[in-house]
Amino acid sequence: MSSELLPHTLEPHPVTGMYNGKFGLWLFLASEVMLFGALFSAYILLRTHGDFPAHGEHSLSVPIGAINTFILITSSVTMVMAWASFKLNDPGKGKFYLMATVLLSCAFLFIKIKFEYLHKIHDGHTPDSHTFYAIYYCMTGLHGLHILGGVVVMLYFLLPGFGLWHKNPQQFTNRIECTGLYWHFVDLVWIFLFPVFYLL
Amino acid sequence: MSSDHHAHNPGFISKYVFSVDHKVIGVQYTITSLLFLFFGFTLMMIMRWQLAYPGESIPLVGGWLGQYLVDNNGVLLPEGYNALGAMHGTIMVFLGVVPLAVGGFGNYVMPLQIGAPDMAFPKLNMASYWVYFLGGVTMLSSFFVPGGAANSGWTAYPPLSDIANTVGTHPFWNGQTIWLLAMVLLITSSLLGSVNFIVTIVHLRVKGLTMFRLPFFVWAQFVTSFLLLLAFPPLEAAGVLQLMDRVFDTSFFIPSGLVVSGVVQDQYSGGGSPLLWQHLFWFLAHPEVYVLILPAIGIVGEIIANNTRRPLWGYKTLVYSVIFLGFMSFVVWAHHMFLTGMGTKMSTFFQTTTMIISIPSVVILTAMLLSLWQASIRFTVPMLFALSFLPMFAIGGLTGLPLGLSAADIQLHDTYYVIGHFHYVVAPGTIMALLGGIYFWFPKVTGRKMSTMLGHLHFWPSFIFMNTIFFPMFMVGLAGVSRRLWDQTEYVQGVDVQSWVRMSSWGAWGLGLAQLPFIINFFYSAFAGKKVGANPWNATTLEWAAPSPPPHGNFAEVPVAYRGPYEYSVPDAKEDFHPQHVPDSQVV
Repeated sequence: MSSELLPHTLEPHPVTGMYNGKFGLWLFLASEVMLFGALFSAYILLRTHGDFPAHGEHSLSVPIGAINTFILITSSVTMVMAWASFKLNDPGKGKFYLMATVLLSCAFLFIKIKFEYLHKIHDGHTPDSHTFYAIYYCMTGLHGLHILGGVVVMLYFLLPGFGLWHKNPQQFTNRIECTGLYWHFVDLVWIFLFPVFYLL
Repeated sequence: MSSDHHAHNPGFISKYVFSVDHKVIGVQYTITSLLFLFFGFTLMMIMRWQLAYPGESIPLVGGWLGQYLVDNNGVLLPEGYNALGAMHGTIMVFLGVVPLAVGGFGNYVMPLQIGAPDMAFPKLNMASYWVYFLGGVTMLSSFFVPGGAANSGWTAYPPLSDIANTVGTHPFWNGQTIWLLAMVLLITSSLLGSVNFIVTIVHLRVKGLTMFRLPFFVWAQFVTSFLLLLAFPPLEAAGVLQLMDRVFDTSFFIPSGLVVSGVVQDQYSGGGSPLLWQHLFWFLAHPEVYVLILPAIGIVGEIIANNTRRPLWGYKTLVYSVIFLGFMSFVVWAHHMFLTGMGTKMSTFFQTTTMIISIPSVVILTAMLLSLWQASIRFTVPMLFALSFLPMFAIGGLTGLPLGLSAADIQLHDTYYVIGHFHYVVAPGTIMALLGGIYFWFPKVTGRKMSTMLGHLHFWPSFIFMNTIFFPMFMVGLAGVSRRLWDQTEYVQGVDVQSWVRMSSWGAWGLGLAQLPFIINFFYSAFAGKKVGANPWNATTLEWAAPSPPPHGNFAEVPVAYRGPYEYSVPDAKEDFHPQHVPDSQVV
């Protein structure tokens, strides 16, 4: 089935107000909520189970976490700007903002690995040292994989996938919109991770 | 999401192997999952030998099962028994029934029933099948690694599963770790599938096909997809945690001070909770029960309406019941955990929700039974399977009520009674319905009808042996025999019921033989069966408006739905069925 014959590939469905891809992406995000929801529940159960360090006994650096939070929020802004630029038929600007988002994500990952993970492992805080660090590495690691996945998708649209812009700008812009929705979700997960692990 | 243009004359590989056509993918799913069903059943036939004749060498296959399953004399080892049990459960549920019911029937029938040319995301559909295939191969490969396949049960309860298969095996390529990796692949596959199903059902219905004109089968698939979408991720999370326990020695599920075989496990930091796994696992696995049942109920509804020649009794009631069932299935999970010591307040909550969820189940079954009332029933082969589903599913459902009450569960938990209960739901229930579905839609897929004579030779022995296998389990379980014993005759209560156990075993082997007519029928009819037209059953729903087999793109012209799905025997009409796509002017 060549999919240009499929209804609502581009134009929104009158009931949901979304094209197929956007609706599918929202459903995917619902399942992601359940995935991270399960892990947050696991965190709560482990914490209330006892034998969990009280606030202050663990040594996650609040300033570094705050810097990373700022970087991620900025990347969400550049993501919106990228989508808006493509929507306004300005591909040069769109590419610029998309590239900025990629760079900010790489900065996030670099800080996370260089100044947090490696530092902690050097201090002996490995995943098997305590359930706090176990769930910390697990959840922030899974979040990091989501960031990495987003970077791969954005690089795809910047390089080999950009050809679609010339063939079908509307569909290309739609894909950037879906990427953006995913990106805001990944950002939102961090907005929950930061207080849970660094502040509470 | 996908827009690439495909060649108009695709080659063999893109047409039958890496196809994006929902019909080819549906057939791929069906055949793969039928093979897995037969393989999983074979594992059980081997286990039943050890149960019926403990300590005797397995005939026929005992010689070549390998060192991880049998000893030098071909006697099943206790570890081998555990591995076969774990793999039987995993394969039947995740590689057999769900892919057949959702991937097979859902993929093939649902887009046709809503008049769509394909699924909303054809490439995602293809990816879903191949990720499932990869997950299946990964799961099977675990039989061949040192230490053998996973042997901690299909529920993989820690701390056992955290430390199983770790001594004398590869640190990563060992049974339980491969089980976790395969599960992650299978979960990914059903996630891709469920997103696709929901978007397709909401967005791709043809003109006139409102939600309350959808065939009941589509509603069942719709609710099932939401269960898959929302219930599977917590198991994925749990799988990641267990993987970390096994690979990085974390302690998510290892409690402080764990002692195994008299040795304190101080290589773990401790502080974890085995109950955490059970909560996350059953948060998936109870909705999963409805994933197993709902498509089967949908199939039974289609077959009953068609063969009673009258509308399904209480269509809207059925739809609301299925939605309510889907919703409630998320809040009953801990009734699997009454004996874990989670506390009586929790038990009270979950036994209350469990009693509530039994209401829509009974409503559905009652509506199906009332549909039969005073109908002139056509006893076709699919109808026989659908009719056998009703009482056997009822036995499965009603025997579940004592398990849902925490007091009665103390006696029955983890006995063969539980095995009898859920197998009555899934095997004589769901699998019989799925087989009926194959007979029902076979003419649509191949353009040929399956042999009725071979169909009877398949149905009647299967019906008898299903009960021969599972009914004795209630007696064995009420006598107090645990479900996880390699040799139950080591206990006095096991000796007393050994004749029932043998009856189950002989029933299982008989059921295996009874599938021969089906296998012959399946291949014979696909190539040499009687040719039929587009609508051999005189049915009303949209899939019968397409040619048999439907071409690429499904419909010659896009149909329009003019009425509800089951307009049979309308008074003063020319025919006893009004297809959904035929305008009023042509039927009255």
